[in-house]
Amino acid sequence: MKAATSPVPQFCGAPACAQDATLPPRAGVGLKPEHFRHIVETWPDLGFFEVHAENYMVDGGPYHHYLTRIRERYPLSIHGVGLSIGGESPLDNAHLDKLAALIERYAPQSFSEHLAWSSHGEVFLNDLLPVPYNAETLQRVCDHIDLVQARLKRRMLLENPATYVEFATSTMAEPAFITEVLRRTGCGLLLDVNNVYVSAVNHNRDPYATIRALPLNAVGEIHLAGFAREQDGKGDPLLIDSHGSPVAQAVWQLYEFALHRVGSIATLIERDNDIPPFDVLFAEAQQAEYMLGAHTVRAVAA
Amino acid sequence: MNGQQEFFDALLNPGQAAPTCLTTWNGSDPAARFAVYRNNVVVSLIDALADTYPVTQELVGEEFFRAMARLFVNAEPPRSRMLAFYGETFPAFIEHFPPVASVPYLADIARLEMLRVRAYHAADEAALAADAIALALADIEGLPDLLVEVHPSVGLVQSQYAVVSLWAAHQEVADISTVDPYVPENSLVVRPYLDVEVIRLNSGAADFVARLLHRQSLGFAAEQASQSHADFDLAGILGLLIQSHAISSMKTSGKTRK
Repeated sequence: MKAATSPVPQFCGAPACAQDATLPPRAGVGLKPEHFRHIVETWPDLGFFEVHAENYMVDGGPYHHYLTRIRERYPLSIHGVGLSIGGESPLDNAHLDKLAALIERYAPQSFSEHLAWSSHGEVFLNDLLPVPYNAETLQRVCDHIDLVQARLKRRMLLENPATYVEFATSTMAEPAFITEVLRRTGCGLLLDVNNVYVSAVNHNRDPYATIRALPLNAVGEIHLAGFAREQDGKGDPLLIDSHGSPVAQAVWQLYEFALHRVGSIATLIERDNDIPPFDVLFAEAQQAEYMLGAHTVRAVAA
Repeated sequence: MNGQQEFFDALLNPGQAAPTCLTTWNGSDPAARFAVYRNNVVVSLIDALADTYPVTQELVGEEFFRAMARLFVNAEPPRSRMLAFYGETFPAFIEHFPPVASVPYLADIARLEMLRVRAYHAADEAALAADAIALALADIEGLPDLLVEVHPSVGLVQSQYAVVSLWAAHQEVADISTVDPYVPENSLVVRPYLDVEVIRLNSGAADFVARLLHRQSLGFAAEQASQSHADFDLAGILGLLIQSHAISSMKTSGKTRK
Protein backbone atom coordinates (compact mmCIF):
# COMPACT_ATOMS: atom_id res chain seq x y z
CA MET A 1 0.00 0.00 0.00
CA LYS A 2 1.25 3.42 -0.88
CA ALA A 3 0.09 6.81 0.29
CA ALA A 4 -1.40 8.99 -2.43
CA THR A 5 1.17 11.41 -3.69
CA SER A 6 0.86 14.42 -5.90
CA PRO A 7 3.36 14.60 -8.77
CA VAL A 8 3.76 18.37 -8.54
CA PRO A 9 3.32 19.01 -4.85
CA GLN A 10 1.89 22.39 -3.94
CA PHE A 11 4.21 22.67 -1.00
CA CYS A 12 5.35 25.77 0.62
CA GLY A 13 9.15 25.94 0.71
CA ALA A 14 10.95 27.28 3.75
CA PRO A 15 12.04 30.62 2.28
CA ALA A 16 8.56 31.52 1.07
CA CYS A 17 7.04 30.41 4.35
CA ALA A 18 9.49 32.17 6.61
CA GLN A 19 7.18 35.17 6.79
CA ASP A 20 4.06 33.05 7.28
CA ALA A 21 3.05 33.05 10.91
CA THR A 22 0.47 30.29 10.68
CA LEU A 23 0.12 26.72 9.55
CA PRO A 24 -2.14 26.12 6.53
CA PRO A 25 -5.72 24.96 7.31
CA ARG A 26 -4.86 21.39 6.40
CA ALA A 27 -4.03 18.09 8.10
CA GLY A 28 -0.53 17.12 9.22
CA VAL A 29 1.14 14.25 11.03
CA GLY A 30 3.84 13.94 13.65
CA LEU A 31 7.21 13.22 12.04
CA LYS A 32 8.68 9.92 13.25
CA PRO A 33 12.16 8.57 12.44
CA GLU A 34 10.54 5.29 11.33
CA HIS A 35 8.96 7.25 8.45
CA PHE A 36 11.88 9.49 7.39
CA ARG A 37 12.83 7.48 4.31
CA HIS A 38 9.29 6.81 3.20
CA ILE A 39 8.47 10.53 3.33
CA VAL A 40 11.45 11.68 1.27
CA GLU A 41 10.86 8.89 -1.23
CA THR A 42 7.15 9.64 -1.74
CA TRP A 43 6.60 13.28 -0.64
CA PRO A 44 3.04 12.61 0.58
CA ASP A 45 0.48 15.35 0.01
CA LEU A 46 0.15 16.66 3.57
CA GLY A 47 -0.40 20.13 5.00
CA PHE A 48 2.48 20.09 7.48
CA PHE A 49 4.64 18.03 9.82
CA GLU A 50 5.14 18.43 13.54
CA VAL A 51 8.21 17.48 15.60
CA HIS A 52 8.94 17.39 19.31
CA ALA A 53 11.52 20.08 19.93
CA GLU A 54 13.60 18.08 22.40
CA ASN A 55 14.19 15.22 19.94
CA TYR A 56 15.97 17.62 17.59
CA MET A 57 18.25 19.24 20.17
CA VAL A 58 21.06 16.98 18.98
CA ASP A 59 24.18 18.11 17.12
CA GLY A 60 23.71 16.37 13.78
CA GLY A 61 22.92 13.07 12.10
CA PRO A 62 19.81 11.67 10.40
CA TYR A 63 17.29 13.67 12.46
CA HIS A 64 18.62 16.97 11.11
CA HIS A 65 19.34 15.53 7.67
CA TYR A 66 15.75 14.45 7.14
CA LEU A 67 14.07 17.36 8.91
CA THR A 68 16.06 19.79 6.74
CA ARG A 69 14.91 18.05 3.57
CA ILE A 70 11.32 17.82 4.77
CA ARG A 71 11.28 21.46 5.89
CA GLU A 72 12.25 22.51 2.36
CA ARG A 73 8.90 21.18 1.16
CA TYR A 74 6.43 21.43 4.03
CA PRO A 75 5.30 23.88 6.70
CA LEU A 76 6.47 22.85 10.16
CA SER A 77 5.15 22.93 13.70
CA ILE A 78 7.65 22.63 16.56
CA HIS A 79 6.00 21.24 19.67
CA GLY A 80 7.88 21.42 22.96
CA VAL A 81 7.48 18.84 25.70
CA GLY A 82 10.22 19.94 28.10
CA LEU A 83 9.81 23.61 29.02
CA SER A 84 7.74 22.81 32.14
CA ILE A 85 5.71 26.01 31.84
CA GLY A 86 3.53 25.04 34.79
CA GLY A 87 6.55 24.17 36.94
CA GLU A 88 7.33 25.80 40.28
CA SER A 89 11.00 25.66 39.32
CA PRO A 90 12.30 28.57 37.20
CA LEU A 91 12.46 28.05 33.44
CA ASP A 92 15.68 26.37 32.30
CA ASN A 93 17.47 29.10 30.37
CA ALA A 94 19.95 26.74 28.73
CA HIS A 95 17.04 24.70 27.42
CA LEU A 96 15.31 27.85 26.22
CA ASP A 97 18.49 28.83 24.35
CA LYS A 98 18.54 25.45 22.59
CA LEU A 99 14.90 25.91 21.69
CA ALA A 100 15.57 29.39 20.30
CA ALA A 101 18.41 28.01 18.15
CA LEU A 102 16.19 25.21 16.83
CA ILE A 103 13.42 27.68 15.97
CA GLU A 104 15.88 29.97 14.24
CA ARG A 105 17.25 27.06 12.23
CA TYR A 106 13.93 25.65 11.02
CA ALA A 107 11.70 28.77 11.01
CA PRO A 108 8.55 26.83 11.92
CA GLN A 109 5.10 28.30 11.28
CA SER A 110 4.09 27.37 14.80
CA PHE A 111 5.66 26.77 18.19
CA SER A 112 3.56 25.26 20.96
CA GLU A 113 3.98 23.96 24.52
CA HIS A 114 1.82 22.48 27.26
CA LEU A 115 -0.12 23.75 30.24
CA ALA A 116 1.73 21.32 32.49
CA TRP A 117 4.97 20.74 34.35
CA SER A 118 7.56 18.09 33.57
CA SER A 119 10.65 19.04 35.59
CA HIS A 120 11.29 19.58 39.25
CA GLY A 121 14.65 20.95 40.33
CA GLU A 122 17.24 19.13 38.26
CA VAL A 123 15.07 16.13 37.46
CA PHE A 124 13.13 15.72 34.22
CA LEU A 125 10.09 13.49 34.65
CA ASN A 126 9.17 13.02 30.97
CA ASP A 127 5.46 13.37 31.62
CA LEU A 128 2.98 16.24 31.42
CA LEU A 129 1.90 16.74 35.02
CA PRO A 130 -1.21 18.66 36.14
CA VAL A 131 -1.44 22.02 37.91
CA PRO A 132 -4.14 23.43 40.19
CA TYR A 133 -6.12 26.27 38.59
CA ASN A 134 -5.77 29.20 40.98
CA ALA A 135 -4.26 32.69 41.18
CA GLU A 136 -0.80 31.44 42.14
CA THR A 137 -0.55 29.05 39.18
CA LEU A 138 -2.01 31.68 36.87
CA GLN A 139 0.70 34.16 37.80
CA ARG A 140 3.46 31.60 37.41
CA VAL A 141 2.24 30.25 34.06
CA CYS A 142 1.82 33.78 32.67
CA ASP A 143 5.29 34.81 33.88
CA HIS A 144 6.79 31.76 32.18
CA ILE A 145 4.92 32.32 28.92
CA ASP A 146 5.98 35.99 28.93
CA LEU A 147 9.61 34.88 29.27
CA VAL A 148 9.29 32.26 26.51
CA GLN A 149 7.60 34.64 24.06
CA ALA A 150 10.16 37.37 24.80
CA ARG A 151 13.11 34.99 24.37
CA LEU A 152 11.73 33.41 21.17
CA LYS A 153 10.43 36.75 19.86
CA ARG A 154 7.23 35.08 18.73
CA ARG A 155 3.77 34.12 19.89
CA MET A 156 3.42 30.59 21.18
CA LEU A 157 0.41 28.31 21.40
CA LEU A 158 -0.52 26.72 24.73
CA GLU A 159 -2.06 23.23 24.69
CA ASN A 160 -4.94 22.31 27.01
CA PRO A 161 -3.99 19.24 29.06
CA ALA A 162 -5.36 15.73 29.53
CA THR A 163 -5.60 15.14 33.30
CA TYR A 164 -6.43 12.25 35.61
CA VAL A 165 -6.84 14.10 38.92
CA GLU A 166 -8.13 17.47 40.11
CA PHE A 167 -6.86 19.63 42.96
CA ALA A 168 -8.61 20.76 46.11
CA THR A 169 -6.64 23.99 45.68
CA SER A 170 -8.20 24.83 42.28
CA THR A 171 -10.44 27.90 42.32
CA MET A 172 -11.10 28.24 38.57
CA ALA A 173 -12.50 25.97 35.89
CA GLU A 174 -9.93 24.94 33.25
CA PRO A 175 -11.46 26.92 30.33
CA ALA A 176 -11.63 30.07 32.47
CA PHE A 177 -8.02 29.58 33.54
CA ILE A 178 -6.86 29.12 29.94
CA THR A 179 -8.89 32.10 28.77
CA GLU A 180 -7.22 34.28 31.38
CA VAL A 181 -3.71 33.02 30.46
CA LEU A 182 -4.36 33.87 26.81
CA ARG A 183 -5.78 37.29 27.71
CA ARG A 184 -2.78 38.20 29.87
CA THR A 185 0.02 36.81 27.67
CA GLY A 186 -1.38 37.10 24.15
CA CYS A 187 -0.43 33.50 23.41
CA GLY A 188 -2.69 31.33 21.24
CA LEU A 189 -4.47 28.05 21.96
CA LEU A 190 -3.47 24.64 20.68
CA LEU A 191 -6.85 22.95 20.99
CA ASP A 192 -6.21 19.28 21.73
CA VAL A 193 -9.63 17.78 21.09
CA ASN A 194 -8.57 14.39 22.43
CA ASN A 195 -7.40 16.04 25.66
CA VAL A 196 -10.75 17.83 26.00
CA TYR A 197 -12.53 14.51 25.62
CA VAL A 198 -10.20 12.57 27.94
CA SER A 199 -10.39 15.19 30.70
CA ALA A 200 -14.16 15.56 30.34
CA VAL A 201 -14.71 11.81 30.78
CA ASN A 202 -12.18 11.61 33.62
CA HIS A 203 -13.83 14.46 35.55
CA ASN A 204 -17.44 13.77 34.51
CA ARG A 205 -17.85 16.96 32.50
CA ASP A 206 -19.49 17.70 29.16
CA PRO A 207 -16.76 17.89 26.49
CA TYR A 208 -18.99 20.00 24.24
CA ALA A 209 -19.47 22.53 27.03
CA THR A 210 -15.68 22.62 27.51
CA ILE A 211 -15.15 23.37 23.82
CA ARG A 212 -17.75 26.15 23.95
CA ALA A 213 -16.10 27.67 27.04
CA LEU A 214 -12.58 27.75 25.59
CA PRO A 215 -11.27 30.90 23.83
CA LEU A 216 -11.87 29.54 20.34
CA ASN A 217 -10.95 32.76 18.53
CA ALA A 218 -7.32 32.14 19.54
CA VAL A 219 -6.99 28.57 18.24
CA GLY A 220 -3.87 28.24 16.05
CA GLU A 221 -3.76 24.45 15.73
CA ILE A 222 -5.81 21.37 16.63
CA HIS A 223 -4.46 18.03 17.88
CA LEU A 224 -6.20 14.68 17.45
CA ALA A 225 -4.94 11.45 19.02
CA GLY A 226 -6.05 8.14 20.44
CA PHE A 227 -6.57 7.26 24.09
CA ALA A 228 -6.55 4.05 26.15
CA ARG A 229 -9.42 2.97 28.43
CA GLU A 230 -8.90 2.10 32.06
CA GLN A 231 -10.97 2.35 35.23
CA ASP A 232 -10.54 4.38 38.39
CA GLY A 233 -10.87 3.13 41.99
CA LYS A 234 -14.69 3.03 41.75
CA GLY A 235 -14.85 1.34 38.38
CA ASP A 236 -15.71 4.54 36.49
CA PRO A 237 -13.96 5.06 33.16
CA LEU A 238 -10.51 6.61 33.26
CA LEU A 239 -9.16 7.53 29.83
CA ILE A 240 -5.40 7.68 29.32
CA ASP A 241 -3.91 10.09 26.77
CA SER A 242 -1.68 7.38 25.34
CA HIS A 243 -1.10 8.55 21.73
CA GLY A 244 -0.85 4.86 20.92
CA SER A 245 -4.03 4.14 18.92
CA PRO A 246 -6.23 5.62 16.19
CA VAL A 247 -8.44 8.63 16.93
CA ALA A 248 -11.67 7.46 18.62
CA GLN A 249 -15.07 8.00 17.01
CA ALA A 250 -16.23 10.18 19.92
CA VAL A 251 -13.20 12.43 19.34
CA TRP A 252 -13.91 12.71 15.61
CA GLN A 253 -17.44 13.86 16.52
CA LEU A 254 -16.13 16.41 18.99
CA TYR A 255 -13.67 17.58 16.31
CA GLU A 256 -16.56 18.11 13.88
CA PHE A 257 -18.30 20.18 16.56
CA ALA A 258 -15.11 22.20 17.18
CA LEU A 259 -14.61 22.86 13.44
CA HIS A 260 -18.09 24.37 13.27
CA ARG A 261 -17.08 26.93 15.86
CA VAL A 262 -13.40 27.44 15.12
CA GLY A 263 -13.36 27.22 11.33
CA SER A 264 -10.72 25.35 9.31
CA ILE A 265 -7.55 25.15 11.39
CA ALA A 266 -4.37 23.10 10.88
CA THR A 267 -5.02 19.70 12.44
CA LEU A 268 -2.40 17.21 13.58
CA ILE A 269 -2.72 13.45 13.87
CA GLU A 270 -0.52 12.64 16.86
CA ARG A 271 0.94 9.19 17.38
CA ASP A 272 3.89 8.65 19.69
CA ASN A 273 3.55 5.00 20.72
CA ASP A 274 3.01 1.81 18.72
CA ILE A 275 3.90 3.75 15.58
CA PRO A 276 2.05 2.19 12.62
CA PRO A 277 3.17 2.26 8.96
CA PHE A 278 3.04 5.77 7.54
CA ASP A 279 -0.03 5.04 5.40
CA VAL A 280 -2.13 4.39 8.53
CA LEU A 281 -1.38 7.89 9.84
CA PHE A 282 -1.79 9.32 6.36
CA ALA A 283 -5.28 7.81 6.14
CA GLU A 284 -6.25 9.44 9.44
CA ALA A 285 -4.85 12.75 8.19
CA GLN A 286 -6.96 12.35 5.05
CA GLN A 287 -10.06 11.90 7.19
CA ALA A 288 -9.23 15.12 9.07
CA GLU A 289 -8.55 16.87 5.78
CA TYR A 290 -11.88 15.68 4.39
CA MET A 291 -13.65 17.16 7.41
CA LEU A 292 -11.64 20.39 7.12
CA GLY A 293 -12.58 20.61 3.44
CA ALA A 294 -16.26 19.92 4.10
CA HIS A 295 -16.24 22.65 6.65
CA THR A 296 -14.57 25.12 4.26
CA VAL A 297 -17.19 24.38 1.59
CA ARG A 298 -19.98 24.97 4.09
CA ALA A 299 -18.41 28.20 5.22
CA VAL A 300 -18.12 29.44 1.64
CA ALA A 301 -21.71 28.42 0.84
CA ALA A 302 -23.08 30.11 3.94
CA MET B 1 5.66 25.83 47.30
CA ASN B 2 5.23 22.32 48.69
CA GLY B 3 2.62 21.40 46.04
CA GLN B 4 4.94 20.09 43.34
CA GLN B 5 7.55 18.90 45.85
CA GLU B 6 4.97 16.59 47.42
CA PHE B 7 3.77 15.44 43.98
CA PHE B 8 7.36 14.87 42.86
CA ASP B 9 8.35 12.89 45.96
CA ALA B 10 5.28 10.68 45.65
CA LEU B 11 5.92 10.09 41.92
CA LEU B 12 9.39 8.70 42.43
CA ASN B 13 8.76 6.83 45.68
CA PRO B 14 6.15 4.10 45.15
CA GLY B 15 6.02 3.55 48.92
CA GLN B 16 4.88 7.12 49.55
CA ALA B 17 1.17 8.03 49.70
CA ALA B 18 -0.43 10.06 46.88
CA PRO B 19 -0.40 13.85 47.41
CA THR B 20 -3.07 15.01 49.86
CA CYS B 21 -4.43 17.84 47.68
CA LEU B 22 -5.92 15.58 44.97
CA THR B 23 -9.64 15.16 44.42
CA THR B 24 -11.86 13.04 42.17
CA TRP B 25 -15.40 13.78 40.97
CA ASN B 26 -16.84 10.50 42.21
CA GLY B 27 -15.01 10.34 45.52
CA SER B 28 -12.87 7.43 44.33
CA ASP B 29 -9.41 7.03 45.86
CA PRO B 30 -7.14 9.58 44.12
CA ALA B 31 -4.25 7.14 44.59
CA ALA B 32 -5.60 4.95 41.77
CA ARG B 33 -5.55 7.94 39.41
CA PHE B 34 -2.24 9.25 40.71
CA ALA B 35 -0.80 5.84 39.84
CA VAL B 36 -1.31 6.73 36.15
CA TYR B 37 1.27 9.53 36.49
CA ARG B 38 3.62 7.31 38.47
CA ASN B 39 3.35 4.67 35.77
CA ASN B 40 3.75 7.16 32.88
CA VAL B 41 6.98 8.55 34.32
CA VAL B 42 8.63 5.22 35.04
CA VAL B 43 7.39 3.33 31.98
CA SER B 44 8.31 6.11 29.54
CA LEU B 45 11.84 6.22 30.97
CA ILE B 46 12.18 2.42 30.86
CA ASP B 47 10.98 2.61 27.22
CA ALA B 48 13.67 5.21 26.51
CA LEU B 49 16.33 2.82 27.87
CA ALA B 50 14.86 -0.07 25.85
CA ASP B 51 15.14 2.07 22.69
CA THR B 52 18.80 2.79 23.36
CA TYR B 53 19.75 -0.71 24.53
CA PRO B 54 17.90 -3.25 22.32
CA VAL B 55 20.66 -5.89 22.24
CA THR B 56 21.25 -5.58 25.98
CA GLN B 57 17.52 -6.25 26.37
CA GLU B 58 17.61 -9.26 24.04
CA LEU B 59 20.54 -10.76 25.94
CA VAL B 60 18.70 -10.84 29.28
CA GLY B 61 15.09 -10.92 28.08
CA GLU B 62 12.49 -8.16 28.18
CA GLU B 63 11.10 -8.91 31.63
CA PHE B 64 14.49 -8.96 33.33
CA PHE B 65 15.67 -5.90 31.39
CA ARG B 66 12.64 -3.85 32.39
CA ALA B 67 13.00 -4.80 36.06
CA MET B 68 16.67 -3.80 35.96
CA ALA B 69 15.85 -0.58 34.09
CA ARG B 70 13.18 0.30 36.67
CA LEU B 71 15.82 0.16 39.43
CA PHE B 72 18.09 2.37 37.34
CA VAL B 73 15.29 4.90 36.67
CA ASN B 74 14.60 5.13 40.41
CA ALA B 75 18.30 5.53 41.20
CA GLU B 76 19.20 7.90 38.38
CA PRO B 77 16.23 9.78 36.87
CA PRO B 78 17.10 12.05 33.92
CA ARG B 79 18.74 15.42 34.54
CA SER B 80 18.23 16.60 30.99
CA ARG B 81 15.03 17.44 29.13
CA MET B 82 16.48 15.68 26.07
CA LEU B 83 16.16 11.93 26.44
CA ALA B 84 18.37 10.89 23.50
CA PHE B 85 21.34 10.19 25.77
CA TYR B 86 19.43 9.18 28.90
CA GLY B 87 21.08 6.20 30.51
CA GLU B 88 24.71 7.03 29.72
CA THR B 89 25.57 5.62 33.13
CA PHE B 90 23.43 2.52 32.59
CA PRO B 91 26.44 0.40 31.48
CA ALA B 92 28.25 1.22 34.75
CA PHE B 93 25.04 0.41 36.65
CA ILE B 94 24.87 -2.96 34.86
CA GLU B 95 28.50 -3.66 35.62
CA HIS B 96 27.81 -3.38 39.35
CA PHE B 97 24.43 -5.10 39.32
CA PRO B 98 24.96 -8.49 41.05
CA PRO B 99 22.06 -10.35 39.35
CA VAL B 100 23.84 -10.06 35.95
CA ALA B 101 27.22 -11.24 37.20
CA SER B 102 26.67 -14.38 35.11
CA VAL B 103 26.50 -12.24 31.94
CA PRO B 104 29.81 -10.40 32.35
CA TYR B 105 29.78 -9.03 28.79
CA LEU B 106 26.45 -7.24 29.23
CA ALA B 107 27.95 -3.91 30.36
CA ASP B 108 30.28 -3.74 27.34
CA ILE B 109 27.41 -4.50 24.95
CA ALA B 110 25.54 -1.62 26.60
CA ARG B 111 28.62 0.61 26.16
CA LEU B 112 28.66 -0.23 22.46
CA GLU B 113 24.95 0.56 22.14
CA MET B 114 25.31 3.98 23.83
CA LEU B 115 28.25 4.80 21.54
CA ARG B 116 26.01 3.97 18.57
CA VAL B 117 23.39 6.44 19.81
CA ARG B 118 26.11 9.06 20.38
CA ALA B 119 27.42 8.48 16.86
CA TYR B 120 23.93 8.64 15.36
CA HIS B 121 23.29 12.12 16.77
CA ALA B 122 26.89 13.43 16.57
CA ALA B 123 27.73 16.66 14.77
CA ASP B 124 28.05 16.42 11.00
CA GLU B 125 31.61 17.28 10.16
CA ALA B 126 33.32 16.79 6.82
CA ALA B 127 36.02 14.13 6.82
CA LEU B 128 39.52 15.17 5.82
CA ALA B 129 40.04 14.20 2.18
CA ALA B 130 42.31 11.23 1.51
CA ASP B 131 44.78 13.34 -0.51
CA ALA B 132 45.11 15.87 2.34
CA ILE B 133 45.83 12.99 4.71
CA ALA B 134 48.42 11.59 2.30
CA LEU B 135 50.06 15.02 2.13
CA ALA B 136 50.22 15.28 5.93
CA LEU B 137 51.69 11.80 6.23
CA ALA B 138 54.30 12.56 3.54
CA ASP B 139 55.81 15.18 5.81
CA ILE B 140 58.08 12.67 7.59
CA GLU B 141 59.66 15.25 9.91
CA GLY B 142 56.25 16.39 11.09
CA LEU B 143 54.91 12.89 11.81
CA PRO B 144 55.95 12.63 15.48
CA ASP B 145 54.04 15.83 16.28
CA LEU B 146 51.08 15.22 13.99
CA LEU B 147 47.79 15.45 15.92
CA VAL B 148 44.77 13.64 14.52
CA GLU B 149 41.31 15.01 15.22
CA VAL B 150 38.76 12.22 14.86
CA HIS B 151 35.21 12.72 13.61
CA PRO B 152 32.68 13.61 16.36
CA SER B 153 30.88 10.31 15.77
CA VAL B 154 33.94 8.16 16.57
CA GLY B 155 33.82 5.93 19.64
CA LEU B 156 35.75 2.88 20.80
CA VAL B 157 34.97 -0.13 23.01
CA GLN B 158 37.92 -2.27 24.13
CA SER B 159 36.51 -5.39 25.68
CA GLN B 160 37.50 -8.71 27.24
CA TYR B 161 34.42 -10.11 25.51
CA ALA B 162 33.26 -10.66 21.94
CA VAL B 163 31.22 -7.43 21.81
CA VAL B 164 31.22 -7.06 18.03
CA SER B 165 30.26 -10.68 17.34
CA LEU B 166 27.56 -10.66 20.03
CA TRP B 167 26.16 -7.38 18.72
CA ALA B 168 26.30 -8.61 15.11
CA ALA B 169 24.52 -11.84 16.05
CA HIS B 170 21.60 -9.71 17.23
CA GLN B 171 21.47 -7.84 13.92
CA GLU B 172 20.85 -11.16 12.17
CA VAL B 173 24.15 -10.84 10.31
CA ALA B 174 25.91 -13.57 12.31
CA ASP B 175 24.93 -16.84 13.95
CA ILE B 176 24.81 -16.54 17.76
CA SER B 177 25.59 -20.25 18.22
CA THR B 178 29.02 -19.74 16.65
CA VAL B 179 29.95 -16.84 18.97
CA ASP B 180 32.29 -17.50 21.88
CA PRO B 181 31.55 -14.53 24.15
CA TYR B 182 34.87 -14.92 25.98
CA VAL B 183 37.08 -13.90 23.07
CA PRO B 184 38.35 -10.31 23.52
CA GLU B 185 37.14 -7.92 20.82
CA ASN B 186 37.33 -4.20 20.16
CA SER B 187 34.85 -2.09 18.31
CA LEU B 188 35.23 1.16 16.42
CA VAL B 189 31.95 3.06 16.11
CA VAL B 190 31.68 5.73 13.43
CA ARG B 191 29.01 7.36 11.27
CA PRO B 192 30.51 8.29 7.90
CA TYR B 193 27.16 9.56 6.59
CA LEU B 194 23.66 8.52 7.78
CA ASP B 195 24.35 5.00 9.01
CA VAL B 196 26.34 4.14 12.10
CA GLU B 197 29.00 1.50 11.48
CA VAL B 198 30.39 -0.99 13.98
CA ILE B 199 33.86 -2.15 12.90
CA ARG B 200 35.95 -4.82 14.61
CA LEU B 201 39.54 -3.78 15.38
CA ASN B 202 42.44 -5.98 16.42
CA SER B 203 44.08 -5.08 19.73
CA GLY B 204 46.93 -3.10 18.15
CA ALA B 205 44.60 -0.96 16.05
CA ALA B 206 42.31 -0.41 19.05
CA ASP B 207 45.28 0.62 21.19
CA PHE B 208 46.33 3.11 18.49
CA VAL B 209 42.80 4.59 18.14
CA ALA B 210 42.47 4.83 21.94
CA ARG B 211 45.70 6.85 21.99
CA LEU B 212 44.46 9.18 19.24
CA LEU B 213 41.24 9.66 21.23
CA HIS B 214 43.45 10.63 24.18
CA ARG B 215 45.07 13.24 21.93
CA GLN B 216 48.46 11.58 21.70
CA SER B 217 50.36 12.46 18.53
CA LEU B 218 50.19 10.07 15.60
CA GLY B 219 53.89 9.26 15.87
CA PHE B 220 53.79 8.52 19.60
CA ALA B 221 50.56 6.51 19.32
CA ALA B 222 52.01 4.38 16.51
CA GLU B 223 55.27 3.81 18.38
CA GLN B 224 53.50 2.70 21.54
CA ALA B 225 51.02 0.50 19.69
CA SER B 226 53.76 -1.26 17.73
CA GLN B 227 55.82 -1.84 20.90
CA SER B 228 52.86 -3.50 22.65
CA HIS B 229 51.43 -5.35 19.66
CA ALA B 230 53.76 -7.26 17.35
CA ASP B 231 51.14 -7.35 14.60
CA PHE B 232 50.37 -3.61 14.68
CA ASP B 233 49.75 -2.39 11.12
CA LEU B 234 49.86 1.40 10.87
CA ALA B 235 49.00 1.54 7.17
CA GLY B 236 46.08 -0.82 7.74
CA ILE B 237 44.44 1.17 10.54
CA LEU B 238 45.06 4.52 8.80
CA GLY B 239 43.48 3.14 5.64
CA LEU B 240 40.47 1.98 7.62
CA LEU B 241 40.11 5.35 9.39
CA ILE B 242 40.30 7.17 6.05
CA GLN B 243 37.84 4.81 4.40
CA SER B 244 35.33 5.17 7.23
CA HIS B 245 35.62 8.99 7.22
CA ALA B 246 36.84 8.90 10.81
CA ILE B 247 39.46 11.66 10.49
CA SER B 248 38.31 15.29 10.61
CA SER B 249 41.62 17.13 10.62
CA MET B 250 45.36 16.76 11.14
CA LYS B 251 47.71 19.39 12.44
CA THR B 252 51.36 19.80 13.30
CA SER B 253 52.08 22.47 15.92
CA GLY B 254 49.86 25.24 14.65
CA LYS B 255 49.60 24.02 11.04
CA THR B 256 46.08 22.68 10.43
CA ARG B 257 44.85 20.68 7.46
CA LYS B 258 41.11 20.61 7.01
